[in-house]
Amino acid sequence: MDVFTDPKNFEAYVSGFLWILKLTGASAVCALVLGVLLAAMRVSPVPVLRGFGAGWVNIFRNTPLTLVIFFCYFGLYSTLGLSLSQELDLNRYWLGVIGLSTYTAAFVCEAIRSGINTVPTGQAEAARAIGLSFAQTLRIVVLPQAARSVIAPFGSILIALCKNATIVGTIGLMESSNVMKDLINSYGNAVILIFLVFAGTFAALLIPTGYFFGWLANKLAVKR
Amino acid sequence: MDDVTTGEPLIVLDSVNKWFGPLHVLDDVSLSVGRGEVVVVIGPSGSGKSTLCRTINRLEPINSGTITFDGQALPAEGKPLAKLRSEVGMVFQSFNLFAHKTILENVTLGPVKVRREKPAAARERGLALLDRVGIANQAGKFPAQLSGGQQQRAAIARALAMQPKAMLFDEPTSALDPEMVGEVLDVMTSLARDGMTMVVVTHEMGFARHAANRVIFMADGKLVEDAAPTEFFANPRSERAKDFLSKILTH
Repeated sequence: MDVFTDPKNFEAYVSGFLWILKLTGASAVCALVLGVLLAAMRVSPVPVLRGFGAGWVNIFRNTPLTLVIFFCYFGLYSTLGLSLSQELDLNRYWLGVIGLSTYTAAFVCEAIRSGINTVPTGQAEAARAIGLSFAQTLRIVVLPQAARSVIAPFGSILIALCKNATIVGTIGLMESSNVMKDLINSYGNAVILIFLVFAGTFAALLIPTGYFFGWLANKLAVKR
Repeated sequence: MDDVTTGEPLIVLDSVNKWFGPLHVLDDVSLSVGRGEVVVVIGPSGSGKSTLCRTINRLEPINSGTITFDGQALPAEGKPLAKLRSEVGMVFQSFNLFAHKTILENVTLGPVKVRREKPAAARERGLALLDRVGIANQAGKFPAQLSGGQQQRAAIARALAMQPKAMLFDEPTSALDPEMVGEVLDVMTSLARDGMTMVVVTHEMGFARHAANRVIFMADGKLVEDAAPTEFFANPRSERAKDFLSKILTH
């Protein structure tokens, strides 16, 4: 029972989840920005941009995240020499953020695109009819209305992203699942306890997140 | 009604053709609308009258022919097209007010974002326009809180806020409850009296009779008749128009 009372283990447990939170936070911001740009491309009148957006989504939505993260480490870093920090852990962290963001952006893009489809076409037509440009129509009229129906799917994407962050453990970052593996190796008699604590921590973080997004979606629901 | 047309026409369609797949929705349509003229377009559903209306500000691109507005051919895309659209007001069947903006914001959005007017000035003019269409007291509400008739009057005010050279109405009263049709037609009639150039697609024969300078009758994508309202309603020349009028005027 002394697994988590040992300060060294407790520290590892805390820092494991801090990595998860940092990975989730940075990747969420990058994926959101990237996802909005990709969605704008996919609905734009320019065929090249539409193709680029569709290509991105098709590639990253249909590739296992483990492969994407492996590619970031063994492809971008080991082979192509892209180093983002002198510190080993920070380098893994940023490579992880790149992988998680490119992957998650595909899902963000599709959530936004389906949100755009919930906005009646008449809204965009009326915007164009008073002389707004494509970018203005999207920014002022369509996206603010799409955002409201995109909040709930965003919640699911964020939750998936947080859990997916554990995959960065496969390239050696000591995030929560790696810490858990180490603890299980050292404390074979407390496997169930270790498992419950780690699963419970994820649940404690993510269940309120889900409820928060549900509440937000209801609050912002657009009246028609 | 007297012929109010002066100078060169404002809107000219010349041999316009449009297909939706195999459907020939506009079949060699030529039409010119003079400044200050009110042209009402009627016809059975599927005759292409809404499409005709929507081609004038290029919400529907055409396959062949030319459309000229105020002496200039319609631009294909980009900034010149946006500029042209800002000079042509459009009123839709389903209002299409911006659902996330208040009524006043709906009216001031175009002047502020497209014309770069000062928000305070746009607001003042917006309120005056809402007053003109009789809904100044609804300025702070959202579209969903208004009745259909009020929403459509707000949509007319939104179009007028751009100080357009012409107004297009695409079945503006078709989605309204019967008791609200009158309030919208009143606003349109007063616009017509003030000399606005208007193209109105409608089923309101009363409006066609008393406010139009010309009635255009369309069927199967073709422009079948083009006559003064008194003449059209008393002596329709084509069988198609006679048939149409007999169906709608016997009740």
